[in-house]
Amino acid sequence: MNSPLHCYLLLSALLFCIGLAGALTRRNAIIVLVGIELMLNAGNLNFIAFWRFHAGSESLQGVLFALFSIGIAAAEAAVGLALIIAIYRHRHSTNLDEIDSMKG
Amino acid sequence: MTIGFLVLATLTVAGALGAMFFRNLVHCALCLVPTFAGLAALFLQLNAEFVGFVQILVYVGAVAILIVFAILLTRGSEPPASAAVRHSAWWGLWVAVVAFVIMAGTILSSLIMSVAELAKPVPTIRRIGDQLMQDYVLPLEVIGLLLTAALIGAVVIAMQEEPKKNGS
Repeated sequence: MNSPLHCYLLLSALLFCIGLAGALTRRNAIIVLVGIELMLNAGNLNFIAFWRFHAGSESLQGVLFALFSIGIAAAEAAVGLALIIAIYRHRHSTNLDEIDSMKG
Repeated sequence: MTIGFLVLATLTVAGALGAMFFRNLVHCALCLVPTFAGLAALFLQLNAEFVGFVQILVYVGAVAILIVFAILLTRGSEPPASAAVRHSAWWGLWVAVVAFVIMAGTILSSLIMSVAELAKPVPTIRRIGDQLMQDYVLPLEVIGLLLTAALIGAVVIAMQEEPKKNGS
């Protein structure tokens, strides 16, 4: 029987593209950050799926990589939201179309 | 493909769509919770129990709450007066759809489709701990340092400035 690896990969690709669409189209900086989190989660799902259906799954590499990736994502979310709150305090807006003073 | 996978995938994708495309930001943040919980259940289904519980603790417990706090602190709970999407929204959607078509085509045409079903791996917590303390001790220390730096950095960035420094 074939493994259902491709189902997990398709789901992960779909999640990644939903996150990408949100990050590229939404105007609110917080929702852009949420989109990035969704993309990171899709990557984690790929790590776990490949680890589960790989012949060398005794080595636990995929699990540990996913754990480290979750840690990095937590740090990224904390710093990103702190930056958004700091920007909001200065400009009273989280609208990305208005935060363009560094545009050349 | 099992019924469980279908249910979890539907829940996850529906939550992700809601999180990305609702107008009210609080609804977006609440839609994240089923997405993260569904992903945690998928990890459990894939025999990665530890990662599944870490996902629940970190994402459902911390990141989702953090996002709700950020939305409330920035008055994002009021529905936006103007459009919620940017002027170039069609380009973003087009890029995402093209990316998905390319990825799905690659997955469906690759050798992955014919990989045989393998025996279930059994990663015990003890083995994960052993690995973390032996082969992965340097990455563990580095990520501890990174998390400390990120915590201090987040507090410093978000800290209220002195009123007299502001000048306004």
